[in-house]
Amino acid sequence: MSTTESPASGIGPVEGASLYSADNPAPLIEAPRARTKKTPKSTRGNFEMVAWLFMRLSGVVLVVLVLGHLLIQLVLDGGVSKIGFAFVAGRWASPFWQVWDLLMLWLAMLHGANGLRTVINDYAERPNTRLWLKGLLYTATVFTILLGTLVIFTFDPNIR
Amino acid sequence: MPAGTLYRGREGMWSWVAHRVTGVLIFFFLFVHVLDTALVRVSPEAYDTVVATYKTPIVALLEYGLVAAILFHALNGLRVIAVDFWVKGARYQKQMLWTVVALWVVLMLGAIYPVLGHAARELFGS
Repeated sequence: MSTTESPASGIGPVEGASLYSADNPAPLIEAPRARTKKTPKSTRGNFEMVAWLFMRLSGVVLVVLVLGHLLIQLVLDGGVSKIGFAFVAGRWASPFWQVWDLLMLWLAMLHGANGLRTVINDYAERPNTRLWLKGLLYTATVFTILLGTLVIFTFDPNIR
Repeated sequence: MPAGTLYRGREGMWSWVAHRVTGVLIFFFLFVHVLDTALVRVSPEAYDTVVATYKTPIVALLEYGLVAAILFHALNGLRVIAVDFWVKGARYQKQMLWTVVALWVVLMLGAIYPVLGHAARELFGS
């Protein structure tokens, strides 16, 4: 008996002839992780993936917004020396800079909050510590975003 | 250092550390910055008083540090995006880091006069 006669199953003549042939094919076994109609829907969602993508998309936008902000506030036209109430009033008279600052506020706060969430996840090990640190982080973030938004929308150049 | 390590103790790890440290520093400044800007809703005087501290020489030095942190975080962030989305990103991560560092040095040299000039004039007269 030579091995060249072994059937297409590739198993070889271990226990005589193969059980299966072209007329009697082996049953199809599905890939272990293949999703079927019976697979229950995931209850977890894609939060971490969305957060990962948000960091990159907001990052690109923030490079433009923040570097532009630094150029205007710290470099051009006398640098920091010119900043004062009158300067702020002059800039926020234009909807363009209002939108710029609002977008910068929201993106930077959410980008930073998600970054710090990652840092907490990495270093705080006890469940209670993680809970309190994240609670503090989310509270401070929501407060700061709302405060900043309120300031931009309700700014009054004639406050006095 | 264990032999054959690609990441630990090398450019990849240290740029990650620097990215994390600068990110946290910038985020903490952001809280303070929104609060000080919110003073425009209190009164022009309150805002101008607080902003006056931003114009002192010591805080000018801190501002230079803030610019340093933001510039590194921004440039290295673009490098991270390139590593993630560019097919050859991972292969050129080291070269990209040294590009980031070189650009950072050039920009920081350029920022000396605009950011610290007023402080130097105040300290040494003009």
